[in-house]
Amino acid sequence: MATTTRPTFGYDDLPELLTRLTGDEKHDRSSFSTLDVLWVLYDRVLGKNDRFILSKGHGPTAYYAVLAARGLLPVELLDGFGDFDSPLGHHPDRKLVPGAEFSSGSLGHGLGVAVGAALTGRRIFCLLGDAELEEGSNWEAVQYAGRIGLASLTAIVIDNDSSSHGWPEGVERRFMLEGWAGVRVDGRDHEQLEAALMPDLEGTRPRVIVAEVEAR
Amino acid sequence: MTMRQRFYERAREALDENERVAVVTAQIGTEAIGEHPRHFDVGIREQLMIGVAAGLALEGYRPVAHSYTPFLVERPYEMLKLDLGHNDLGAVLVSIAGSYDAAHEGRTHQAPEDVAVVGALPGWTIHVPGHVDEADRLFRQALGGNARTYLRLSEETNHARVDGGWLTVLRHGSLGAPLVVAVGPTLTPVLEATAGRDVSVAYLATVRPFPHEDLREAFADGTDVVLVEPYLAGTSAAEIAVALRDRPHRLLALGVPNAEFRHYGTGAEHRVAHGLDAAGIARSLEEFLAEL
Repeated sequence: MATTTRPTFGYDDLPELLTRLTGDEKHDRSSFSTLDVLWVLYDRVLGKNDRFILSKGHGPTAYYAVLAARGLLPVELLDGFGDFDSPLGHHPDRKLVPGAEFSSGSLGHGLGVAVGAALTGRRIFCLLGDAELEEGSNWEAVQYAGRIGLASLTAIVIDNDSSSHGWPEGVERRFMLEGWAGVRVDGRDHEQLEAALMPDLEGTRPRVIVAEVEAR
Repeated sequence: MTMRQRFYERAREALDENERVAVVTAQIGTEAIGEHPRHFDVGIREQLMIGVAAGLALEGYRPVAHSYTPFLVERPYEMLKLDLGHNDLGAVLVSIAGSYDAAHEGRTHQAPEDVAVVGALPGWTIHVPGHVDEADRLFRQALGGNARTYLRLSEETNHARVDGGWLTVLRHGSLGAPLVVAVGPTLTPVLEATAGRDVSVAYLATVRPFPHEDLREAFADGTDVVLVEPYLAGTSAAEIAVALRDRPHRLLALGVPNAEFRHYGTGAEHRVAHGLDAAGIARSLEEFLAEL
């Protein structure tokens, strides 16, 4: 993760930052399913040598707001979100967005890349969505990471019940069957999220943390 | 020794000698390359193979990914486009089987459209070596850089390697004589097909980027260009058009036809069927030049 010396904002400032992005002062939490996970990651969990890969690249306003709040992204850039000359589009481009470590948008790409990066021993956090997991490419990564015990990899799945056909008995069971350690937490509860996300230095398996939020 | 065998040998050496190099396979070439801490076989998971290569590149490694042409390029095509291209990450992709080396395997193991589809993505360097020594040199060269490189290996080979520049003129015809451009392993049949004919013959093993200026120079005051590619016919026709944009010319583009070809057999049989053997090239050339 990049480091910064810019002034930073707190969690309570996020609505104002989101307003600068969307122009809307009303914030329906369901539109920002990733917001609390991202906040806890950037505020409490990610170390300077860790890498965060946002695989679920759509609806990135919460991501931009958190990057800005933590001083990784100049706040003034939020105002032009989606404009022709803005570096902030509806899917993040790491070549344009300060602080972004992966360009995403097309679903099912981030976890495979996260596996490759984690093979080097770096601690990698990868954020996905429950609907994104419908893409078969994810399961190639899930299977391989589980089999080789890729403990440097943590996948976080935002579960807002948006998958087309659901995941009977919970999506985490699919990961666990492949050899992952899995846990489901309240995706709005910062204490639960922090406890689940903090690195397990004794771990021998990749981890999946399913963060459940309001149904979409 | 085939290009494939030499590649495996060089990959093993590179893993031992260069700490930046990592190799990712998907059950093709896994045993030949052998175990190494930076050789990752991901099983038969080709989308993951490219994703892993991109992740390794993100961490500063020089990844090499390898498989049969269709499994390296076509199945994970969006990973080439996004994981590598859009993220601006480099890798060396090394394919085997060319267009029809695996003729006996049928259509599933053939991808003569590979250069066209990789070439449709921005920023790729594409090498089509015609000899094992050229393949060796291009692979080692690619390892030293950070570019996105596609190295297309084949069992087809020319009689001798070509030591030269980007576009190397090997035979000079008279002023204004037709220019025949042989790509990779088509050189030997092209030289046979053009023996005794007043044509210039140029050789090309790196087709992307395309050497527009070299081609203009070799074309000189001519009017006819014959492009012979060992993959989909016309793959580089648009590049010729760009190179000669202000010079009236005729172009004959030979290669593998864009059609379902439902035959097995050998690569040699397919080459003949596609008119890419010396006799076929000579026949096409004769007809083209007689059309004036």
